[in-house]
Amino acid sequence: MELVLNEEQTMLAESVNSFVKDNSPITRFRKLRDENDPLGYSKELWKQMADLGWTAILFQEEDGGLGLGMAETVIVTEAMGRNLMPEPYLSSIMLAGQALSLGGSPELKEKWLTPIISGDSVLTVAYQEKMMRYHLYRGATKAEKTSGAYRINGEKVQVLDGNGADAIIVSARTSGNDGDAEGLTLFLVPKDTAGLTVIRQSRVDCRNLAIVQLNDVEVPETNIIGEVGKGGELLSRVVDDATVALCGEMLGGMSFAFDRMLGYMKERVQFNVVIGSFQALKHRAARMFMEVELTRSVVMAAARAIDENDPNKEILIATAKARCSDAYVAVTNEAVQILGGIGMTDEEDIGFYMKRARAAEMAFGDAAYHKDRFASLKGY
Amino acid sequence: MADLQEFRQSVRSWLEANAPKTLRGKVTDLTFTYSGGRKGKPPHPDCIPWLNMMAERGWTIPFWPKEYGGGGLDKQETKILQEEMLRLELPPPLSGMGITMIGPTVLQYGTEEQKKLYIPQIVKGEIRWCQGYSEPNAGSDLANIQTKAIVDGDDYIVNGQKIWTSGGNESDWIFMLVRTNPNVKKQAGITFLLCDLETEGIEVRPIKLISGASIFCEVFFEDVRVPRNQILNRVDGGWEVARALLGHERTMIAGLGSRPAAPTAEDRVEAAAKKNIGLENGKIADEVIRSRMAQVQIDESSFKLTVQRNSDNMKAGHRPGPESSIFKIYGTELNQRREELLLSIFGPECLGWEGDGFDAKELELCRTWLRSRGNTLEGGSSEIQLNIIAKQVLNLPD
Ligand SMILES: Cc1cc2nc3c(=O)[nH]c(=O)nc-3n(C[C@H](O)[C@H](O)[C@H](O)COP(=O)(O)OP(=O)(O)OC[C@H]3O[C@@H](n4cnc5c(N)ncnc54)[C@H](O)[C@@H]3O)c2cc1C
Repeated sequence: MELVLNEEQTMLAESVNSFVKDNSPITRFRKLRDENDPLGYSKELWKQMADLGWTAILFQEEDGGLGLGMAETVIVTEAMGRNLMPEPYLSSIMLAGQALSLGGSPELKEKWLTPIISGDSVLTVAYQEKMMRYHLYRGATKAEKTSGAYRINGEKVQVLDGNGADAIIVSARTSGNDGDAEGLTLFLVPKDTAGLTVIRQSRVDCRNLAIVQLNDVEVPETNIIGEVGKGGELLSRVVDDATVALCGEMLGGMSFAFDRMLGYMKERVQFNVVIGSFQALKHRAARMFMEVELTRSVVMAAARAIDENDPNKEILIATAKARCSDAYVAVTNEAVQILGGIGMTDEEDIGFYMKRARAAEMAFGDAAYHKDRFASLKGY
Repeated sequence: MADLQEFRQSVRSWLEANAPKTLRGKVTDLTFTYSGGRKGKPPHPDCIPWLNMMAERGWTIPFWPKEYGGGGLDKQETKILQEEMLRLELPPPLSGMGITMIGPTVLQYGTEEQKKLYIPQIVKGEIRWCQGYSEPNAGSDLANIQTKAIVDGDDYIVNGQKIWTSGGNESDWIFMLVRTNPNVKKQAGITFLLCDLETEGIEVRPIKLISGASIFCEVFFEDVRVPRNQILNRVDGGWEVARALLGHERTMIAGLGSRPAAPTAEDRVEAAAKKNIGLENGKIADEVIRSRMAQVQIDESSFKLTVQRNSDNMKAGHRPGPESSIFKIYGTELNQRREELLLSIFGPECLGWEGDGFDAKELELCRTWLRSRGNTLEGGSSEIQLNIIAKQVLNLPD
């Protein structure tokens, strides 16, 4: 594995960075929040991103994708994470798109993956339930077999971009016990299905989320993704890739926070000098710089490990998410401290990043979860 | 490609046939470190034939130019040689400041005669070198050195004192900083000298360390004559050389404890934890220790990947990125954390100083832990590293 961008990747980084900078400065994130925008992102902008090919990166050429990999994906998510750009990459591409790409029948791919890639439809995966922490295979949602169909009951929470989704892929237990990978099944539920209710949720970091309620929702067998009872495995594979994409976002976010902190240290004057001349603060900034540099290396490595199907890939994914979680929280905490009172105000952007750091830490397993996973994978 | 395959085959069969059997399997054993020179005792008698057979081919420093006695291997060949040595778990034939510090600096700044004279001696391990930078009043503030050198015909006469000279009592030559001009900015009046420790007027006194070893010395200079052709770079041009050498030193210290692991070798921390604490349902029985182990290993892996990112970046033809500024501080702090974790894992067994009741590994850990505390001081302390990052990378004002 080579931890350096090749020529095409450098060009991709340049074009994504300038697109995000021009179309989604952090002021846009603030505006969407202040106006309580009903969708939380822009369908037009998402379509533009699709036209530029960025939604196609990960998918195979026969599915209409570009056949590239995670190394390119994290370039896009890093740029988006830098400005907290809210377009539904993580949900529609990394979760729903990947689930369909890896497990969908040709008919389902044609009907749903094609419009995901073209940016015409937005889908998501709903797996999280209240109080299930980070255990993907837990939850009370059940699907019972009826003739030629399944009937689903349950409630999912904090579903990424569930609000506004054209269809939702739901994990539900079809057999086995709570907590088993075996016996979970993934069902694709279009938004107008009877018994499906989507309620917008308000989370501290303003990410677009929803509660998804399923009351006697009838889904035909043809809407099952992968095999019946094998959804747990598929979900965990999809979540692993999404975790690394999220790590890209986190790297972008912590870089923004670090730059903001460093910029402030060079302009804020106290005791007749800029505060960046105080050694106590210099050393803290230097330590945060180290964190960001280490994080960049592990994110690049985890992405490449997935692309190369490296035997250590799971260890590297756990390494990346543990490090990103700790580093994003540490850098944003330091930034708020160094910005002084300003850092505590709603008017200053740094707060957005401190809030997002916590929410991102707790998505797909927090630092402690991934350290435990790391140890288990290492055989201790 | 085919050539490389052939090269690998020939290295493999040569090592199989000739490398001392007694040294195989010793790669992770730090007691098998040999620094050569006229005074030092080899840790094992076979270290000498091993050094000689490797030196004859220039393979003690395989990638240095052949014309000065190096191996003249390219990057891929060097890697193959290292891999083949690892296959037999052979320790490096030679280590020390010759190959890691003064050698690269002589190659960079030496005249043709100096390179022809010093480099082959370093390759063969004939001369062991030590570093005469620090003085009682010049530690972090290195440019404050006061040891004087005054011209006298073709020589310089040196007077003054060095301190913290690692390996001074076992070395043959010293590379040192002296003041040749007291009337200019501190940095502009320093000259870089190479000096034979047998020269009249030099006295070396060992200092005992907290780890019990006396790797440290004071070195006194009284009217010591050093010929002018033993100056590296120009007179008063020593600061630039000193800094270049520190770059090599920091790279070396950052890599401490990361001798390439043999493919079969188990991680030192994991092995110790399984032995001293044990597994319960496949997990280290002490949860707190287990989580500290994961943290240290995650940080180790992040660090190694950052070193790799830096070198991949340079291989791709880019300039070294800002990430290289973190190697010294992060590598040394990590080494200390690993040692401290090992103390916790060993428990009371790590407290042995010498003699009965403690096995060799336990006694060794006690000493390596104590020694590791110096890693964040030697070669520029962690605080100085942070100053450098803040100033040179982050552009923060004084
Ligand atoms: C094991 C070991 C081996 C060594 N080997 C050699 C050798 O072979 N040759 C050689 O020449 N030297 C050697 N040294 C010396 C080493 O380079 C010095 O110890 C080091 O540069 C620190 O200098 P000092 O000991 O005088 O501490 P000081 O410079 O007095 O520092 C004391 C404390 O103050 C801090 N400090 C100093 N200046 C600043 C600042 N500007 N900002 C913030 N904090 C600051 C330091 O970080 C440290 O914590 C060795 C040291 C050790 C520990």
